Amino acid sequence: MKTYICIVCGFVYDEAAGRPEDGIAAGTQWADVPETWACPDCGVAKADFEVVVV
Amino acid sequence: MIVGAGLAGWTTAREFRKLDASTPIVLVTSDSGDFYAKPTLSNACAQKRSAEQLVTTPAAKMAETLNVTLQSRSLVSAIDIQAKTLTFTAAGGAPRTQPYGQLVLATGAHPIRLPLQGDASADVQSINQLTDLAHFQRTLGAAPKTVLIMGAGLIGCEFANDLLLGGYHVHVVDPTERPLAALLPAAASEQLRTALQALGVVWHFGATVQAVNRGTGKSPLAVTLSNGDTLGADMVLSAVGLRADIALASAAGIACERGVAVNEQLQTSAPHVFALGDCAQYASAGARTLPYVMPIMNAARALAATLTGSPTALVFPLMPVSIKTPALPTVVAAPHPAQAGTWVADAPDPETAHGGGAWRFMDPQGQQRGFVLTGGQTSRRMELAKATAP
Repeated sequence: MKTYICIVCGFVYDEAAGRPEDGIAAGTQWADVPETWACPDCGVAKADFEVVVV
Repeated sequence: MIVGAGLAGWTTAREFRKLDASTPIVLVTSDSGDFYAKPTLSNACAQKRSAEQLVTTPAAKMAETLNVTLQSRSLVSAIDIQAKTLTFTAAGGAPRTQPYGQLVLATGAHPIRLPLQGDASADVQSINQLTDLAHFQRTLGAAPKTVLIMGAGLIGCEFANDLLLGGYHVHVVDPTERPLAALLPAAASEQLRTALQALGVVWHFGATVQAVNRGTGKSPLAVTLSNGDTLGADMVLSAVGLRADIALASAAGIACERGVAVNEQLQTSAPHVFALGDCAQYASAGARTLPYVMPIMNAARALAATLTGSPTALVFPLMPVSIKTPALPTVVAAPHPAQAGTWVADAPDPETAHGGGAWRFMDPQGQQRGFVLTGGQTSRRMELAKATAP
């Protein structure tokens, strides 16, 4: 399970945790996160996420 | 041309390039132009990251990827809104004047510095940029040390939490009676006060810093508070608020109040000059400045459309702010400052509550105009956002 940082605002997406509040189950890999999902803290679209593996 | 290479400047360039791959873009910045996320400045310590490690994309790579001509380490000295020219001086160079078709001001804001007495008042630091953090980390040194933070607002509390996790002793001084007094209902402040106190912070509410002097005992600094207390510290960090950088715009004759005033298309009083980010005072937000990340993303998208020929009115959605205090994560969707109403606490659901709380700001007509979630309740962000009227 990997973690990713939104390079725009520093929000961390943790594959192990997912984002249940956004309907993304724990364990969801980054590739499987819907393209319509946006960073909860800064609104950047997933397509604009330049993820960096922590 | 874009002035400023922070989040607002670079995001404007990025959104513009999605719509227009060919129009030349010149980005002028007084710093290096390296791309980093400002919110990460206040959790660098706990993440064990140096200032240099916060850079996610170096300037040259940003410029290359976005096809932008970057004039870094260049100070803009003047804007001529009649002639439509910008004058700037690169470090070690002579002033140059260049014409612009459209100009975007993304100059940001600077930390407010309060006048202080004492022979070490000049040693008080503020952190709002990467170079500030680098200086702070260098001069503070390794834990354990004692840091006194002026201000128990969002930035003060985030830095307090971060330094506590890094093993530093932290004092926080604020003239109000509780943390984040301007943003949170009293009960939520109380949770944060308790959570940070459990980590060891020493609160000094109802007080201000009067003087910072060279210490005579074990501490490098002796800080005198308005209540008569004197505290020893290794460092004083001032986090008392931000003021928009309007000097350049004002000198050029562009209308400014608390920020560079822009209309709903992000245009200033000067045709062809636009502004966004921490320096802007947004008509779309009721003539307010919004020193957060999400407004920038929304503004940049609307501005790029306007700049490429499709004038677009910026309409801000609800933009909750995440306060990065790991001791008590908090999400705030603040009502407009002039909005009448009261904070009402949700009854906690024993099955889902993992500590924390939920509060709704209800106006006199019974409409929800804002909310606050803390701790485990922050997972209800979507639910409460949906219930909030714009």
